[in-house]
Amino acid sequence: MKIKAFKAALPYTIPICAGFLLLGISYGFLMQSQGFSFLYPLSMSFFIFAGSMEFVTINLLLAAFNPLAAFFLTLAVNARHLFYGIAMLGKYKNCGWKKLYLIYGMCDESFSINCTVKPPVEVDSGWFMFFVTFLNHLYWVLGATLGALLGQVVQFNSTGIEFVMTALFVVMFINQWGETQDHRSALTGLLCAMVCLVFFGSQNFILPAMVLIVFCLSVNRKTEEMVVEQ
Amino acid sequence: MTTTQEILTIFVVVLGTMITRFLPFFIFPEGKDPPAYIKYLGGVLPYAVIGLLLVYCLKDSVSNRGTIIPEIIAIVFIVFFHKWKKSMLLSIGAGTALYMFLVQNYFS
Repeated sequence: MKIKAFKAALPYTIPICAGFLLLGISYGFLMQSQGFSFLYPLSMSFFIFAGSMEFVTINLLLAAFNPLAAFFLTLAVNARHLFYGIAMLGKYKNCGWKKLYLIYGMCDESFSINCTVKPPVEVDSGWFMFFVTFLNHLYWVLGATLGALLGQVVQFNSTGIEFVMTALFVVMFINQWGETQDHRSALTGLLCAMVCLVFFGSQNFILPAMVLIVFCLSVNRKTEEMVVEQ
Repeated sequence: MTTTQEILTIFVVVLGTMITRFLPFFIFPEGKDPPAYIKYLGGVLPYAVIGLLLVYCLKDSVSNRGTIIPEIIAIVFIVFFHKWKKSMLLSIGAGTALYMFLVQNYFS
């Protein structure tokens, strides 16, 4: 039963494998270039297992100690998981002990496969989703650790490699921009962050920016409701 | 930051991540329907957060290097390159390579 599920899950994870290995290697490499031992990317990729947040955590570790801001930033960056969870309430039912791991390892990529792919009838869907999640988790930890170890061996001028995180978010921004005609949310995030950066400075702008974003989006929803009622 | 503070920071990030993943399964144990406001925020927040993260990435550029020109060049390049090739990894790789080339040779 497990082997069947593994064989059904593997092909779906191959494209993720390529992406996770490459991105994981650059993540591990970046951490190594900032002076962290390979144990950091190894344990962070294993325990956090949320790619963009792990990149952000590097900056948190390099800045002054502020666990409260780190906590709220994590909630904001990963808020999308709440809605993945809501979408998977039904699918993860009746998976036994595997359910805990399925929720723990619910990254964007595992979610997108588990949410959309229907395994063949003869395959146990619980084990199928388990192997999708497990393989993606494995690729990511391998990539991150490999990158950090490579960074110790390969010597070159890595000045500017931290831009890989900016590049990641630029590409995600473009992809999201193309997904919808309504760009108000994207612009709200960008503008609120810029305004708060100017007023609060680079060390303290994240929390006020998040409050302002939620406020603006809520006001926008209210005005939309009023327009609909009229 | 001391090692203890580093471990605490990572722990807080793990905790925050796990709350976002596990919370729906605690609140809606039998598939109860979430309120409309929460659904709405779920739909629009992902778009807004990426903008916030972009600004977060660039926040120290001016104070670190005294200029944001290499960032602007690399971002414009990524936008056009991504429209052309439509490959996430290629765009990230090419954009980062261009940025590294710029800051190592012209903006150091």
